[in-house]
Order: sequence, then structure tokens, then C-alpha cells
Amino acid sequence: MAILSAPITRDRGRELSRAAATGVLLYRNYLVYRRGWIIFLTGFLEPVLYLLSIGIGVGKLVHGFDVGGRSVPYADFVAPGMLAASAMNGAIFDTTFNVFFKLKYQKLYDQVLSTPRTTSDVARGEITWALLRGGIYSAAFLLVMLALGLVHSWWAVLALPAALLIGFGFGGIGMALTTWMRSWQDFEFITLGTLPLFLFSATFFPVSAFPEWLQWVVQCTPLYRGVVLCRELTTGQVGIGSMVSVVYLLVLGVIGTRIVSRRLSVLLLT
Amino acid sequence: MSATTDRPSPFQAWRLADYWFTLYRRTWRGSVVTSFLNPLLYVVAMGVLLGGFVHADPQRPEGAHSYLQFVVPGMLAAQSMQVAIGEVTFPVMTMLKWHKTYFSMAATPLRVVDLVVAHLGFAVLRLALTAVVFTLVLAPFGVFHSVLGACGVVLVQLLLGLAFAAPIYAYAAALRNEMGFTLIFRLLMIPLTLFSGAFFPLSNLPAPLEAIARVSPLWQGVSLTRMFALGTSEPGPVATHLAYLVVLAAVGVWLSVRALTRRLIF
Repeated sequence: MAILSAPITRDRGRELSRAAATGVLLYRNYLVYRRGWIIFLTGFLEPVLYLLSIGIGVGKLVHGFDVGGRSVPYADFVAPGMLAASAMNGAIFDTTFNVFFKLKYQKLYDQVLSTPRTTSDVARGEITWALLRGGIYSAAFLLVMLALGLVHSWWAVLALPAALLIGFGFGGIGMALTTWMRSWQDFEFITLGTLPLFLFSATFFPVSAFPEWLQWVVQCTPLYRGVVLCRELTTGQVGIGSMVSVVYLLVLGVIGTRIVSRRLSVLLLT
Repeated sequence: MSATTDRPSPFQAWRLADYWFTLYRRTWRGSVVTSFLNPLLYVVAMGVLLGGFVHADPQRPEGAHSYLQFVVPGMLAAQSMQVAIGEVTFPVMTMLKWHKTYFSMAATPLRVVDLVVAHLGFAVLRLALTAVVFTLVLAPFGVFHSVLGACGVVLVQLLLGLAFAAPIYAYAAALRNEMGFTLIFRLLMIPLTLFSGAFFPLSNLPAPLEAIARVSPLWQGVSLTRMFALGTSEPGPVATHLAYLVVLAAVGVWLSVRALTRRLIF
């Protein structure tokens, strides 16, 4: 009997700080991926392969594009687009598929909430995890860009925080949407949103390919802001206008995180 | 084996038709997006919009008059590979590990080979459907040389798809942990899609990589599809490509039956 009651009396009422609560969830995710390290490792391959294929293979067919009045080779144009797109895809994957599985099937968050942790801790923990993972991939991708000679400015150092910002914006929105998902079939809607963003956000070709009214629409989408921000940083054409993208993505992420905490409380605590 | 008490007919796999039909009636909605909208978006983005920036090459890439004509057959072949792989990865794992449908099927007079044939048959049927839809949607873009060529294109997709579905079925039937699929997607499907001549001529690759790309099964399919679409087929290369894919499919079916037998019977 002493064994059964001892831990209960010892830990009762102990409050965790926000940072500690976030850390516990991060540690749990780390433990899970220790067994799937090869999955973790190969995650960074996809954007690099896209860069080599589209940037260099297709690049031989395309002459290059104007960026801020200066003509750049196609690979230089595509690479920052790939960086931004992979930051989006990574964050979305981590906060939709993985979170849905934990929420509906694994019942992980029910278990978390039976400890002194809150739904905000879950939201913060998962989004931080998505950012950490995305950050590692983005850093690796930037090193590949550097090695291939596709980086032209010291501003590129800030491309890593920019990629994290894209991850934050999309991770927040992705996880918020996940709380409304009913079944795996609903994920088709996520693809329905991310694929057009991936293909039409000036990742592969400039917005000038669209008619004028459509250019406006594209310029208002979050991935376009991310792509442009990354491109400005790697080509060294940063201006005061870049702040628009930064604020946009930041607001998106904050709103997303807020919604997630509220929705998780509705789903799991009532 | 369970079937020994009955007289086995070579067409026993047909008895599973109602199972697959019922399943598809419930899940087809999801496949509409992946098999119809995704390729259309890719064609518009890469073929039409990016293609608008491709400057007319003096030597036309593999007989195509425009980048759109060049890229569409490549995308169709790549999509057929992806649909085929999709049909035999998680569905196989579900039927073996999570829902255990295969075990209940094996408890009937059906033989293992029937289960494999029915599953692969369904995959081929889905391939036919997506290929026909894709071809019909893109025909107005003027990417097919003739009606007969377009029919050939569809038939090639069935063989190409089977050449991927069968060996990967064998892999899936032997696999215990679904993490193995992530490796198939990342280390096989994506590199093949990107470097098998679908988006750019293989001659744009450095020589050693070009040599590797030329033996990849997707390149065989891309090349066949492109020949039929553009009307540039010649008997020699066509026969080689076809033989390659037929052998791959046949070996795959044999391996699949073996792997599934081990999993279900022993």
C-alpha cells in the first residue's frame, strides 16, 4: 500500500512553470523520435531534392528572373522559395497529421491533462516541437544553398529565423484546423489548401505570370509573404516592406496558438 | 492451405470484387482530390505558367513542341507511380495489421494468390480511372498527338502502375512497422519523380546521374508515355521499355504471393 500512495502524496499540487511544462512535451517527442531517427534525418532530403531537380534540371531551360530590378539565375530564384515552402510543409505535417493521431487515436493529450499541465501547455509544446524540427531542416537546407553558391548576402543569416516564423504561422493555423478534423479523410482539405499555396506563391515563377487582379490575391497569401521574405534575405534586398511579411506571419501564429488552446479546452475539458 | 478442399478456379479473385467495390464506394471522394485536382494544379503551375518562361530550345526536347507537351506525359507517368504506390502501402498494412481483413479473407476458400490478384487488380482499376480522367482533362491543351496515341498512353499507365504496385506490395506485406513506408516515399518515390525525366530532359543531368536515371523504372514509363503522347514511338525502344516493365511486374507478383503467404499461413 505504501508503494501505491507514496507518489500521489509526494507530487500533489506541484505547479509546473510554462517553460517546464513545454519542456516535458518536447522531451516526450524527442524520446519517440529516438527510435525513428532515420525518419527524422531523411526529412530534410525532400526540399534539397526539389532544389536539385527543379533548380538545376529545369533551371537549364529557364533564363532567370528579375528580383528587385536585378536579374538572378533560376536556381537562385527557386532556392529561397523551396526554403519557405518546406518550412510550411514541415510545420503543417507536424501539427496536423501527427497532432490528429495523438489527439484522436493515442489519446495522448487526455493523459497530459490528467497531470498538472494545461491545454495551453499542449499548444505551446507541439508548436515549439514543430519549430525545432523545422529549424533543423531549414538550417541544413541553408547550408546546402551556401555550398551550391546560392547565397549572396549576409542577410541570409536571418533566413533561418524567417523560416521559423513561417513555421510558427502555419503551425499555429494547422494545429487550430486539426481540432476541427473528424477523420483522416478531412486531411484532403489540408492538401487542398497547401498544394495551391506551394505551387502558386511565386515559388517556381514570379507573380508577373498572373493577371493583375490575381497578383493581388497571391500577394495576400501567407506563403507568398514567406517566400518573398526569404528571397529578399538570400539575395540581400531587404527593405522596410519586409516588415509587412514579418508582422503578418507573427500575427498568424499568435492567433493560431490562441485558437488551439481554446479549442483543446473545449474538446478535452468539457 | 485452405483452398485445397475446393476446386480452385483461376478466376477466384473475382469473388473479392464486391469487397473492393464496397470499399471504393465509401472512399472515392478522397481520391478525387489526389487523383484529379493535384495533377491539374501541377500542370497549370509547371506546364502552363512556368512553361511560359521556358525559352524555345533550338533542339526540341524529345520531340515536344512546347514545355507543356514535354512535361504533361512525364507528370502523368509520375502520378501513375504515386497512385500505384499509394494503393499498396497503407491499405496493405491496414488489412494485415490493424483491421486484419486479410486473415478473414484467408479463412474462406480463397487462396493467397487470389487476395494478391484482387488487391492489385483494384489498384490497376484505380489507375485506369485516374489515367482516363487525366487524359480527358488535358486533351484540350493539345498535348496528345492522336486519339490512338492517347489510348496507348492510358494502357501504358496500367503497366507502369503494376510494375510499381507489385514489388512494393511484396515489401508492404513483409513490413511490420509503418515507418518503413516513409522511407519508400522519401527515398524512392520522390527522387524517382524528380529525376526520371518527368520535368526536364535527362541530358540536363551530369553524365553518371543520367546513366542511373536511364535504368530507373519510372524513366521507362515516362519515355513510353511521352512516345505515345507525341507520336514518336519506334518499335525497338518501345519493346525494350515494355519488356522491362513486364518483368518488373511479374517478379513483383511472385514476390507478393510469397510474402503474403508467409505472413498469413505460417
